[in-house]
Amino acid sequence: MNITALISNWIESKSRLLDLGCGDGSLLKTLIDQLQVRGYGLEIDPVSINNCIRKGINVIEQDLNSGLTNLNDGSFDTVLMTQTLQSLRYPHLVLDEMLRIGDQAIITFPNFGHWRTRASLLFNGRMPVTKQLSYQWYDTPNIHFFTYKDFETLCVERKIKIVGRVFVGGYSSTLGMDRVWPNLFAQTAIYRLRK
Amino acid sequence: MNEKSFNDGLHADALTHEVTFEDPLTLACGLILPTHKLVFETYGTLNKGRNNAILICHALSGNQHAAGLNTEGRPGWWDHYIGPDKPIDTNKFFVVCPNNIGSCFGSTGPNTINEDTDKSWGPDFPPLEVSDWVNSQVFLMEYLKIKCWSAVIGGSLGGMQAMHWAVSHSNRLKSAVVIAASLKLSAQNIAFNEVARRAIMSDPDFHDGAYLDQDVTPKQGLALARMIGHLTYLSDSALGRKFGRLVRNGDLDAAEKALVEFEISSYLNYQGDKFADNFDANSYILITKMLDYFDLAQSFNDEAVDAFSKSSCNFLIVSFSSDWRFSPQCSKEITDALIEANKNVSYLQIDSDQGHDAFLLPNRRYEDGLRAFLFATSNHLNGAVK
Repeated sequence: MNITALISNWIESKSRLLDLGCGDGSLLKTLIDQLQVRGYGLEIDPVSINNCIRKGINVIEQDLNSGLTNLNDGSFDTVLMTQTLQSLRYPHLVLDEMLRIGDQAIITFPNFGHWRTRASLLFNGRMPVTKQLSYQWYDTPNIHFFTYKDFETLCVERKIKIVGRVFVGGYSSTLGMDRVWPNLFAQTAIYRLRK
Repeated sequence: MNEKSFNDGLHADALTHEVTFEDPLTLACGLILPTHKLVFETYGTLNKGRNNAILICHALSGNQHAAGLNTEGRPGWWDHYIGPDKPIDTNKFFVVCPNNIGSCFGSTGPNTINEDTDKSWGPDFPPLEVSDWVNSQVFLMEYLKIKCWSAVIGGSLGGMQAMHWAVSHSNRLKSAVVIAASLKLSAQNIAFNEVARRAIMSDPDFHDGAYLDQDVTPKQGLALARMIGHLTYLSDSALGRKFGRLVRNGDLDAAEKALVEFEISSYLNYQGDKFADNFDANSYILITKMLDYFDLAQSFNDEAVDAFSKSSCNFLIVSFSSDWRFSPQCSKEITDALIEANKNVSYLQIDSDQGHDAFLLPNRRYEDGLRAFLFATSNHLNGAVK
C-alpha cells in the first residue's frame, strides 16, 4: 500500500482535515476526491500556494513556525503533516498544537535511522545525502534529524498516545524487513496520534 | 443601452452604459430612493449561459472606469488586472463595473438632481451603507439578466461589498475575492476618516454641504482630506524609496530655506488638488461614513462565523504585508472565520511595500493568485472540476 492509501485509511469521509505544509495540494486533492473531506492546507511557498489555488484546493498562507493560535481547539477532525516535522523550528510545540486543534494527528517523517543514512555516516564520515534527504548539511530545510525511536520517546514525554504506526521502506519493504527491524529499514514512518 | 449587446455576444471593450431603475430602492436608513441611475462599464462578452459575469466593486474614490481606455484615453483604475489575457481575463469573463450610488461619476448621488426639489441632492442625500450598494448592484444584475455572478471582486470598501454579497445573496455568486478589506473598521481607521471629514467641513466654501447652490466647491478641504487619506494608503518605506528627501525646488545647502520644496510635498499637493478637481466633497463624507458604519457581523451577535454560515461561494482573501489601514491581521480574521464556518477559502499574504495602495498596483504574486483562483472558478463553470 502506498503512503496516501495508508493515510486515507485513518481519515473519516466528509470530516474536516487540515494539512500542515500541504505543498502543491496533491495529497489534499486526492483525499478530498476520495473521501469528500473539507480540506484546508497551510503553506508558505508561493509557487506551491498558487498550484493549490489552481487546483481549487483551499490553501492558507501561514508559517507553521509562527504558531497556529488562530485555529480553535478541536476545530478539525484530523490534522495532517507529511515530511515537514524535521524542518520546523520547534517540532514538539507544533505536535502539541496539532492535537489541540485536531481530534487526531497523522504525521509522516523520514526515518533518520534508516541503514543508508547510518551507513553513510559510518563509512563516509559525512552527513548523509540520500534520495529522501537530498540536501547538503549547510543548506537544508531539514534542521532536525531523528529516528522513529526518538519520536516515540518524545510522544511519551508529551503524553501523546500513538494509536497507529506504519513503516514504509524502499525495496526492503518487499522483503518485509521494514516491519521486522523498522528503525533500520523504514524510510518513512507514519503515525496516528491522539491526546 | 443596447440590450442586444448583452445578448448576442458582441465583444466589447470599455463600453459605458447607463440605466435608470424605476423600481424603488429601500435604503438601510429606511428612506426610499424612488428611482436611481447607475452608470457602468462592461468588458468582454456575456456568454449564452449568462454565467461568466464578474462584478467589480469599487472602493471609496473609485468609479465605473475600471479597465480599458476611456474617451479621454485614460486607463481604468484596475486596468492592470482586467483585460484580454490579464488576471481577470475578458476573453473568458464578462466584467461589469458600476459606479455606485452616492458616488459622483454619473450614478445617482449628492451631485445629481433630486427630482423632488429640482436641485442637487447635496448634503440631503440619504446616508448609505454597504448593503445599499449591494442591493443596487442586485438591480443591475437583474437588468443584465444575470442569475449568478461567477465572481464578485473588490478591494478595500470593494472587499466589504464582496463579503456582503456572500453573506446576504449567497446563491447569487460562485466566488468572492476580498482584497485588503476587514470585517469592520478599527478606531484608528475611523479616526482617519473623521480627520478627512473635518478637513472638508472646515473649508469656508463648504456651506454645510450646500456648496453647489453657491456655485463653489470646498476644494481646499477636499484636497487636504485626500492628502491625509493618500498618505495613510502608502507605507513609510515606499515613500522613502520613491521620494526620500529629494528636493524639487530650492536648495537645502542654501542659507535661505524658505524656498525649499520637497518632492513628497509637491507630489502630495498635486494628488490632493487633482482629486479635489474630480471628486465631490459630499460623496467623500458620505462614503467614508459608509466605511465607518460597516460591520459584517453586527447583526449576527458580532460572530463573523455566524455571518458567513449561509455563504456557499468559494472565497479568496488577499492582504498586503505593508498595508496598515487594512492590515494582514484584518484579512486573517476574515479567513479564520471562514475556516471555522467550514467554507472554501484560500488566503494570500502578498509581500509588498506599497501599503494599502498595493491592491491597485502591479504585483506578480497578486496577479498569479488572482489568475489561478479565476482559473479554478472558470473550470468549475465548465464542469471540469468537481
